[in-house]
Amino acid sequence: MVMIELENITKIYRMGKVEVPALRGITLNIKQGEMVAIIGASGSGKSTLMNIIGFLDKPTVGRYMLEGVDVSRLSDNKLAELRNKKVGFVFQTFNLLPRASALSNVELPLIYSGSGQKRKRTMEALERVGLAARAKHKPTELSGGEQQRVAIARALVNNPALILADEPTGNLDSAATAEIVSIFCQLNRDGITVVIVTHEADIANQTQRIICLLDGKVISDEKVT
Amino acid sequence: MKFIESFVIAIRSLAANKLRSALTMLGIIIGVGSVIAIMAGGAGMENYVTSTLEDLGTDVLYVTPANPDAPGAAAMAPGYATANLTLDDAEAIARIPSVLGVAPTNENFVELTFGDESIASVIEGTTPEFIEAMGYEMASGQFISERNVASRDMVVVLGSKTAEDLFGDEDPVGQKVKIKGKRFTVIGVLALKGGSMFGFSMDEMVIVPITTYQARLFTMRTPSGEDAVQSIAVMVSGPEAMDNVEADIETTLRKRHRIDEDEKDDFAIVSMEQMIGVFSDITGIVSIFLAAIASIGLLVASIGIMNIMLVSVTERTREIGIRKAVGAKRRDILLQFLLEAAALSLVGGGAGIAFGWTLSLAMSIIATLAGFPLQATLSPLHVILAVGVSVFIGLASGIYPAMRAARLNPIDALHYE
Repeated sequence: MVMIELENITKIYRMGKVEVPALRGITLNIKQGEMVAIIGASGSGKSTLMNIIGFLDKPTVGRYMLEGVDVSRLSDNKLAELRNKKVGFVFQTFNLLPRASALSNVELPLIYSGSGQKRKRTMEALERVGLAARAKHKPTELSGGEQQRVAIARALVNNPALILADEPTGNLDSAATAEIVSIFCQLNRDGITVVIVTHEADIANQTQRIICLLDGKVISDEKVT
Repeated sequence: MKFIESFVIAIRSLAANKLRSALTMLGIIIGVGSVIAIMAGGAGMENYVTSTLEDLGTDVLYVTPANPDAPGAAAMAPGYATANLTLDDAEAIARIPSVLGVAPTNENFVELTFGDESIASVIEGTTPEFIEAMGYEMASGQFISERNVASRDMVVVLGSKTAEDLFGDEDPVGQKVKIKGKRFTVIGVLALKGGSMFGFSMDEMVIVPITTYQARLFTMRTPSGEDAVQSIAVMVSGPEAMDNVEADIETTLRKRHRIDEDEKDDFAIVSMEQMIGVFSDITGIVSIFLAAIASIGLLVASIGIMNIMLVSVTERTREIGIRKAVGAKRRDILLQFLLEAAALSLVGGGAGIAFGWTLSLAMSIIATLAGFPLQATLSPLHVILAVGVSVFIGLASGIYPAMRAARLNPIDALHYE
């Protein structure tokens, strides 16, 4: 089943009198269960595309369908709900709350969805990334790789349909990088759709499909052999 | 998002930066504390004054000279009104039906000397009816008599504390004291009464016959050259007769003072009830006025909270971005920061109430040591008011910073360093 349908997605930023087109008419589909890498040079629009897919931003023109539902022009509140329930974000800089424990960090989406059984679900997510033992630690007490794993657990805790990772290994050493990539692969094997923005060919090659962007357009979209 | 959860999160955020939270709260603590202390102190003062006045007996009227041109209570201010009452006026009043007795009284300060000891004291020149009108009893000896008044005897009755100060355990009756260089014989000591009027203890005074007072101690004349009387206490048979007696006194004095129909009285008649009312009003108004001024402190505290919240929002831009990225809506962020501000001021307000109450206790102790047994009282109304005001301040100060936080764009916020 098609998870994400993008049709002529265009994003234009207005800086004073100048118009900067970040995305120019992107059309593509991503099926449920795919593991996709989006690569491209700086300024190619890959982060902008991620933000739109992840409901942090809205396209200026174009249509976005998620699981068959048109989500192109939703209110801020609706976008927030989708960010909470449908998408799990993983950032290059981890973006954890620095003064809260791993447990509190992972719990955050559950607080905003008003869910019950928070403790149970939080611990399950932490176990899934192998950090149940470090639940009470704060980010400052964790290594880079561990912090990113906490971020992944947070992304998972509300059982999202989609995980979006924007340069997830950018701040990690090679050992941690390998760890994180293998977690993503495992999550994908468990059935979650994974989209990773990266500029490293090594990581891109571990996915199933590579979409390449240049100047806001898709210049290639191929399966990995 | 559930309310209690949000409140807990708010408290946690405050606890994360204890020093800053404490310093911000200081403003509210001091502001609320001073208002509470003022109101509690004011209530204590009011109770103190009214209870003392009530002690004096409610079926008594007081006649004093008054300035007919002066407004309200100022008319009775000593020095503002011409002394125009005489002993003959008092006798005329004594003949009015339902009047049980009159006690014309003059008052001043003197130095009392016994051997080497000297103390300052209030002195009252009055008649035998005084003891009943003012609610005193004798502890030893006797009070001044009609004969003492008629003969201008050099006799004096001591108040309980005055006797103690000057004579210790000795019995003062029969001893001689000097007042303004003249020798008086002590003929009695009053029993301890307690309380005070206008700041002077009811037990620290001495009493001499009014005629002796006028002739030998302080001479004061009316415009027509007679000896003046400062005030006349009139004992009425019962509450039902009060109004009639008051009317009769007015008629009698207007005639005696030759006041025309269209002229105002040159005297004032007040009942204890009225006095209590006036003092109640005065202390009430003073309290409110002081509290209003102290509230300026609360305004300053409020600005302090808004300031800190704005700083907090800026500092936590990234955090707000993270929260929005994982699904926080605008109202979630708004609520979070509003609650933080409210929690700050609620906790501060609570501490302020405790601080204010301690302050008012200290005030009570100091006042008691100085001779006024004051008891500051904190009424539940004050507490509720203080809490309500604190919460209001928190919300009012927090709304602008909270709105700024809620409006942040998540993408920009996440990139904020």
